[in-house]
Amino acid sequence: MITARSSVGCADRSTHGYRRAVSEPPSFLPARSYLDAATVAPVRAPAREAYLAALEEGWADPRRLHREGRHARLLLDAARQAVAAALKVEPDEVVFTTSHREAVAVAVSGVLRARTRPGRLVHSAVEHSAVLSAAAAWQAATGTQPHSLAVDREGRIDPDDLPQALTAPSPADLCCLQSANGEVGTRQPLEAAAQACERAGVPLLVDAAAGMAYEPCPSEGDLVTADARAWGGVPGVGVLVVRRRTRWLADDPVLDGPERGPGEPALPAVFAAAAALQDAVAVRETLAPRLHALTGRIRDAAAQVVDTEVAGAPDDRLPHIVTFSSLYVDGEVIVEEFDRRGFAVGSGSACTSSTLRPSHVLAAMQVLTHGNVRVGLPPEVSEAEVDAFCAQLPAAVGDARRRLGVSEL
Amino acid sequence: MSGSPAEPAPTPVVDARGLRCPLPVVRLAAAAKQAPAGTLLVLLSDDPAAEVDVAAWCRMRGHELVGRSTTDGVLTSTVRTRPTSPPRAG
Repeated sequence: MITARSSVGCADRSTHGYRRAVSEPPSFLPARSYLDAATVAPVRAPAREAYLAALEEGWADPRRLHREGRHARLLLDAARQAVAAALKVEPDEVVFTTSHREAVAVAVSGVLRARTRPGRLVHSAVEHSAVLSAAAAWQAATGTQPHSLAVDREGRIDPDDLPQALTAPSPADLCCLQSANGEVGTRQPLEAAAQACERAGVPLLVDAAAGMAYEPCPSEGDLVTADARAWGGVPGVGVLVVRRRTRWLADDPVLDGPERGPGEPALPAVFAAAAALQDAVAVRETLAPRLHALTGRIRDAAAQVVDTEVAGAPDDRLPHIVTFSSLYVDGEVIVEEFDRRGFAVGSGSACTSSTLRPSHVLAAMQVLTHGNVRVGLPPEVSEAEVDAFCAQLPAAVGDARRRLGVSEL
Repeated sequence: MSGSPAEPAPTPVVDARGLRCPLPVVRLAAAAKQAPAGTLLVLLSDDPAAEVDVAAWCRMRGHELVGRSTTDGVLTSTVRTRPTSPPRAG
């Protein structure tokens, strides 16, 4: 267990205890259930403790040679080793960035920089917006249009599409594929994709941001990206794994040392990310099946509601994510209906996004984009909360339809 | 198109231009409910969600998406309502 001092341990791993101590609302407020933790989970107790400890011990510049600097350096090294061990990679393969978005951008630009005549980039149609942005930057730099791989109704690519996509009309120089989707939970066929990439000689970037709290770091991929917020770290830390064999060049050669990378994430946040990841790894074997069963209940309850469709793979999926869409329902209204009942949920509907465009993931899957509800269970969610949500689900959808005057359709 | 009396539309036209999701599908569903089974309906829409959502509605409610085309940002979807009357939404 990563600690700054022996006195600041993380002895109490009981997330329920932490929740009662920290998150219990005052008694005059109605009970709230935060069920919007698909990609950003509440900060775990060990992360909070590690963060505070590192504020005490690790505020100095780790590159300085005095005692305070060395102290900070020790914490940074400990964090790097802890993250590497948790991901089962080497410490010098770990790059810390200031966000998941930056980790993806740096991963892609580093591959681009290592090539003299870069070719095309291939990605799935359901990648995180960070990957789509990086693909746009690739296109701007190379003038080659990225190839977007179609997905099926469950949001999964067909790995048989890859050999063609990676070689024609011209050879590709990078393939980006998520381990699993952060909106609908569907896992991608990583092993088959990695084999296709290897055969074609194309490096593979695996974006593992959505699932890292509940699944081992993928062994596939020359580069792997992750987001500390997904496993309950303090916001502001992305992780990029660059495996040793990868042809990749950092933005700035000066930074291509132990802290290579473009920005300098705050050391206390990095330290907290490491502590949270250790905690996530320690509890995931029991937690993942529990959450999988609970999201299964929500899937069943939603499927019972008239004109409602559950999206994503029923079983081969992340344990904590479930999303469904109801016909004739306004996404904003259904989020309000749940909110007023005490449940915070997300949505991929156009009216809930700043761009007024529906989720590109739902659109690529050809599933209903309006009336969409996205649930991400946090690690400490209780069975009672999930059952209460399931019990309220039909009424929330029904009331949303009544408000729009569409109950008779 | 739909507003021109000189050229009567061959099929009922639901004009949902300017309406945001889910209203284009709601208007289409309302027209489908009034229409006899197997009727052809045309929906005009310019909401970016409509293309996916009309197809999903057809699939979920058993209607047939006969055709669709986009001109100047306006999506024209042609739908044949299901042969039997659909059940009511709850």
